Amino acid sequence: MEDKKFVIAVYVDNKSGVLTRVTAMFTRRGFNIDALTVGETERSEYSRITISMSGDDYVKQQLINQLKKLYVVKKVEVLEDEPIKRELMLIKVENKSENRSEIMTAVDVFRASVIDYSPEGMCIEVTGNPSKIDAFVKLMQPFGILEMCRTGIVALDRGTTTLLNK
Amino acid sequence: MKLTGAQILIQTLIEQGVTDVFGYPGGQVINIYDALYEYKDKINHVLTAHEQGASHAADGYSRATGKVGVCIATSGPGATNLVTGIATAMLDSIPLVAITGNVPNSLIGKDSFQEIDITGVTLPITKHNYFVSKIEDLADTIREAFAIAKSGRPGPVLIDIPKDVQVAKYDYEAQPIVEKTPLPKVEDSLIEQAAALIKEAKKPYIYVGGGAAGLGLGDAIAAFAEKIDAVIGCSFMGLSAIPQNCERFLGMQGMHGHYASSMSQDEADLILAIGVRFSDRATGNVSKFAKKSKIIQLDPDSAEVNKNVHVDLGLVGDVEDSFKRLAEKCESHSNPDWIYRVNELKKEEKTFEEEIAAESKATLTPKQVFEIINEKKPAKTIIATDVGQHQMWAAQNAHFDGPRRFVSSGGLGTMGFGLGAAIGAYVATKDPVVLITGDGSFGMNLNELATAVTYKIPVVIVLMNNGVLGMVRQWQTLFFGKRYSNTVLTRKTDFVALAKSFGAEGALAETAVEFKRAFETAIASGKPTVIDVRIDKDEMVLPMLPPGGAISDIITKVK
Repeated sequence: MEDKKFVIAVYVDNKSGVLTRVTAMFTRRGFNIDALTVGETERSEYSRITISMSGDDYVKQQLINQLKKLYVVKKVEVLEDEPIKRELMLIKVENKSENRSEIMTAVDVFRASVIDYSPEGMCIEVTGNPSKIDAFVKLMQPFGILEMCRTGIVALDRGTTTLLNK
Repeated sequence: MKLTGAQILIQTLIEQGVTDVFGYPGGQVINIYDALYEYKDKINHVLTAHEQGASHAADGYSRATGKVGVCIATSGPGATNLVTGIATAMLDSIPLVAITGNVPNSLIGKDSFQEIDITGVTLPITKHNYFVSKIEDLADTIREAFAIAKSGRPGPVLIDIPKDVQVAKYDYEAQPIVEKTPLPKVEDSLIEQAAALIKEAKKPYIYVGGGAAGLGLGDAIAAFAEKIDAVIGCSFMGLSAIPQNCERFLGMQGMHGHYASSMSQDEADLILAIGVRFSDRATGNVSKFAKKSKIIQLDPDSAEVNKNVHVDLGLVGDVEDSFKRLAEKCESHSNPDWIYRVNELKKEEKTFEEEIAAESKATLTPKQVFEIINEKKPAKTIIATDVGQHQMWAAQNAHFDGPRRFVSSGGLGTMGFGLGAAIGAYVATKDPVVLITGDGSFGMNLNELATAVTYKIPVVIVLMNNGVLGMVRQWQTLFFGKRYSNTVLTRKTDFVALAKSFGAEGALAETAVEFKRAFETAIASGKPTVIDVRIDKDEMVLPMLPPGGAISDIITKVK
């Protein structure tokens, strides 16, 4: 079976130790995830975990099955059909005069913004699809990336359906 | 009514129908023990020799009855000593509530004396666990723990209660016993699909596991096998589920399963799996498992369907309900060719066994030991075991007087499980208990002999003493060129004297006659007795699937 990228959204109890339970299960069952984000939701009693992962259908189904067995997990849903995905990245690049205009053009085209600037380096904020972020990183590589961090993706289904009402 | 946390704990246990608990006191549960003193007319506490023994006793208590077993330990080492017992229960889906004390909230996280993050430690080996930081949550947490432990696929739940919560006072109001969360009923269309697959099948094999053993479906499954002309086999955990006199029952399949059971599973064109999880010990090489067969799986746990083997149809939900509806839906048919073939396999199995028996020069063979036990054990006897060769001989040869009469660690394979579990099973049922053990396993937790003596538990301990760690030795013989690394026990333990020093009875048996006499005496005495049964160090458990092997690689004879 072929490996595919997929995104799973999970509603969990908003209590201490919940993330540990979820990630400990990943370790125990040997799941290797690409990215994970967690944050508050429209309901204060729940947090939402967004998991990005690659694997075949077997791995995907196992992950869902095992998540559903955790008592802190209230809802698990694979976000199918291209959900709205966003990721934020902060990236620090060298600010050499010969590269400056090319960097600024990239910032402009990617609708990114420079949020810190010094003669030695600049820090750029980029938001978008993970593929857009990947492209921006690739573009910056020749100019010297000093440091970067990405949040991992958050994702919602399109339309008015919500996870809890599905 | 305002009560302390410790009182609320004991009251809630009583409220939830608990009559017996197993445990060991210590600094951070002293308040709980004080409350136990207060309620001693309503709840019986069994003091074990070691917390591990308490966890296995609670487990054995549950296996013998289906009730939730309860054990109590103090913080730190007390709590960590429960870990093996909790993991044992987890792997065999046994409902357990383990209660631990911890240091007060104000000392948590400071590496205080006997402080351990036991919820962290037990995260992967519990169905769920709790750290109760506030007394307001205590009673409801305990109720929730019982509901989780016994609902769906059962399992262990741990509740860690810091000392200040045990001391604090709060309102308590008794509540009814929590019910199991009802399992979903399987859709009619799936039952119909299953019935259609069964109708097409010419070589049906009903495969029964631990999930069916506890439900008491044995007679119904035997009757169903008759109706559709199928044979029945079981996983290790499914032993004792099917009535001993059922002629269609071929016994355990898998790594050390009966030849006819494993072979007919391999040749079947339909496997109806009831409450099994297709463990690697049962399937052998999974890529070669049941290749000629369609598989229908009935299980309460959706995560078990398609986990280890590909299943053609999964009926996830209430197993008892699905089975009964399916049995009703199916029409009678007959498969004479299949039954003929299975009978041939049974004949082959008998031939192998007779050859092995004929070649044996031993004065007392494992098979003879079980023939005597089967003949002489009283009705309703519970057979508990430890882990190793003796366990597999028991699985192959012992006769069981109904479901929940076999108490053994399957999934985790915990050496040292047996004596504690036998004690728990007796406390739960007051039925006769025979423990089959080996000199390796018994050496691990023989301290619980003290518990058996203290509480006058008439467990008959059949110690199959071969002076070696037999199961590992068997592998070393077959696959490691007889390099017996650390499996020869050159100990000088005198088990008869040891038993007597604990206040138990002891006897030595070197021949079948001696064993028979010792066993009868032990049963009649009503006292805990160790029978030191001498068997040959090179006795093997056969048949055997070699590691990573398929059913076709089955070893039936060793030259």
